[in-house]
Amino acid sequence: MRSLATLVAALAFALDFALAPPVAAADLRIALAADVTSMDPHFVNLQPNNLVAWHVFDALTRLDDNARLVPGLAESWKAIDATTWEFKLKHGVKFHDGSELTAEDVVYSLDRPATIVNSPGSFVPFTRPLVAKQVVDRYTVRLKTAGPYAMVPYDLNSVFIVSKRAASGVKPEEFNQGKGVIGTGPYYFVAFKRGDRVELARHEQYAGPRPAWDKVTLRIMTNDPARMAALLAGDVDAIEQVPTADLAKLRGNANFQVAQKVSWRTIFLHLDQFRDRVPGVTDKSGRPLDRNPFKDVRVRKAISMAVNRPGIVERVMEGAAVPASNLVAPSVFGHASALKPEPFDADGAKKLLAEAGFPSGFSAVLNAPSNRYVNDERLAQALAQMLTRAGITMRVETAPANVYFVKARNQEFAVAMLGWGSLAGDLALRSLAATFDAEKGFGTWNWGRYTNPRVDRLVTQSLATLDEGKREAIAREAMTVAMQDYAVIPLHHQMTSWAMRKGLAYTARTDELTLAYQFRAP
Amino acid sequence: MLVYLIRRATQSVVVLLVMSALVFVGVYAIGNPVDILINPNADQADIERAIKGLGLDKPLWEQYLVFLKQALLGDLGKSFVFNVPALQLILERMPATLELAVTAMLIAIVFGIPLGLWAGLKPDSIAGQTIMTVSILGFSLPTFWVGLMLIMVFSVDLGWLPSSGRGPTQELLGVPVSFLSWDGIKHLIMPATNLALFNLALVIRLTRAGTREALVQDYVKFARAKGLSDARVIGVHVLKNISIPIVTVTGLQFGTLIAFAIVTETIFAWPGMGKLLIDSIHVLDRPVIVAYLLIIVTFFIVINLLVDLAYSLLDPRVRLADAKA
Repeated sequence: MRSLATLVAALAFALDFALAPPVAAADLRIALAADVTSMDPHFVNLQPNNLVAWHVFDALTRLDDNARLVPGLAESWKAIDATTWEFKLKHGVKFHDGSELTAEDVVYSLDRPATIVNSPGSFVPFTRPLVAKQVVDRYTVRLKTAGPYAMVPYDLNSVFIVSKRAASGVKPEEFNQGKGVIGTGPYYFVAFKRGDRVELARHEQYAGPRPAWDKVTLRIMTNDPARMAALLAGDVDAIEQVPTADLAKLRGNANFQVAQKVSWRTIFLHLDQFRDRVPGVTDKSGRPLDRNPFKDVRVRKAISMAVNRPGIVERVMEGAAVPASNLVAPSVFGHASALKPEPFDADGAKKLLAEAGFPSGFSAVLNAPSNRYVNDERLAQALAQMLTRAGITMRVETAPANVYFVKARNQEFAVAMLGWGSLAGDLALRSLAATFDAEKGFGTWNWGRYTNPRVDRLVTQSLATLDEGKREAIAREAMTVAMQDYAVIPLHHQMTSWAMRKGLAYTARTDELTLAYQFRAP
Repeated sequence: MLVYLIRRATQSVVVLLVMSALVFVGVYAIGNPVDILINPNADQADIERAIKGLGLDKPLWEQYLVFLKQALLGDLGKSFVFNVPALQLILERMPATLELAVTAMLIAIVFGIPLGLWAGLKPDSIAGQTIMTVSILGFSLPTFWVGLMLIMVFSVDLGWLPSSGRGPTQELLGVPVSFLSWDGIKHLIMPATNLALFNLALVIRLTRAGTREALVQDYVKFARAKGLSDARVIGVHVLKNISIPIVTVTGLQFGTLIAFAIVTETIFAWPGMGKLLIDSIHVLDRPVIVAYLLIIVTFFIVINLLVDLAYSLLDPRVRLADAKA
């Protein structure tokens, strides 16, 4: 094998490798960590697809690097009454075909997701609350909701605005050839080679800050070591989602830079709080328990105390996380900063368990996905050891995400790991801690079926409060109530990182998006 | 011959039917892509609408019958996440995988047979011993590790070869290929070598074993006694007799290379169809999984048939009508 490799290498050397065309200085090549499936920005709500769409398209509202809402195509918005939102568009925004963005395009774009019926992950949840859309004038749109609903400007951050003229009559699959891919973003579409790359070029009439790069190539490299190697070999200029194990090495290498930030993804444990007899929960001798220990807040608190969060951050996450006390990251709307991460106290946990009637602890199964979150399997193993030390013998069971999520939604787990990224604390609580109600869309990911009328009331009230200041106060209160009741056990907020060659800079983003136009050359 | 081909074709159809039914039931047992991809804020109505939109609300047998009916018309369904016909999705990635697999197979044969012959003819020489020792490495080192090492050495440290991806493509008889340009070949060298290693070792060992066995056979002694040159004895008589196991194994291995180039494709970010299968399994994109496996099964059937036909050319004693599929 070695002889062959040497031969091949000699061959490559003998033939002149300098023939390869040099890369122009103003091109940027970025390796993405996940596959892009479609060029239609309304087909399926997947992060890699949205990432590409943020280059070509824009939305009415945007997120800044702290995941706070800022104006996008809309220069301003306000609630003119309890159920009507008015958005004022910026003037003179040009599509790639030279036509001007108008209110007609906005209404068309908000109607379009509902016309795509065969999507496994539709954008309809963002547009469904809008029961009526009205064009007031060329630059003004009014959107009506059935009841007071504060999330409208946030939801519209997820709906890309396409050109009505260009996209009308174009099928979602035709977008992949570039048909209808006409947006107002800083880059226009050049080519999409499925499973390989997306090529973009600068839109010279873009109204915002002029990006530094003429051409951008987004290469799809899902394998972590391969992505790293491509950066080290100089085949790409930057990569996203740097493997945690490689961070230290990169930091020590003067040829590369790392940008890192706490992301909005929070990792936590759901505990079964609705069944009287929980599957897999037994006493130490293996007999099923006759009551559900997780219904007792003292047991939930004991679990939280038994977790050594700084230890996890340092050892399992290799520094690429921060201990969590909330369901949303510190910079996100509705984060209750008065809450502090639970201090590690194994003895205290044992005492609490004894108080709750489990002096010798009990046994349970800890379920986790095996390929979804950063180091998720190792995290589950570390947690199981910590809990076992405090008296709760935990057996770890992991499964690939496709199997795991289906089982979790069928309530097959007693203790289950989940990660969540959200734009707002009240929104996260609605999905994760509000009482399950399929019709209202409350508690849809509340696997443990935690229920607390006070949390429900506060979340409902918060989502209906159109004044952002008042709303955030209520959202914080709801978060505090839920966390002090240990609705779930927060573990840590993941950090997300980018690595790039020397001479590039990137402002790390809480929303984990990799945006070529925000890479800067010095 | 004709009867033989007809019988083989019938068997193939049965295999394809069983295969598609198994995959259908298997994927159904795990779940559906809506569970994985649905928006976190979706309510029950959204989820039901999505399931209905993909036709997943119907009973399984009905979904399968619809699939069969469409399949007979040449339509294997539309990918759930790519929203393009599954067949198109696979076919557009197939040239990349075929290019990689064919190159790997060529490397294995072009280097493997001479090296194996050498080792077989001079088993006690240093060269022969070295070849065999190195071939053990080819067997035992895991593909992903060798791939990463190749990248580390030739791309990161030496900077001779691009670390990943496929070079620029040109149309050859309507098929996009990348081996026509130097840049394309540079991209191809490492992944093809990586994929070839196992088979290279296999071909070396098969050739060596066959050669050693053949050398003591009567026909070789007879040919030598007749005064034939070494080149003719080995190049014609020995080589022809040892090629049956080599053809069988390389034939089957070629199918495996195509179907399971996944590891190499992933490490080298090669946009082939192996990667597509893994991604599709992650999100339970059933049309793609079914279509992919059907195509692979068809591949294996065709390759096996070709191997059988090759037997009859190599060994006149083999009668196709007797060969069972």
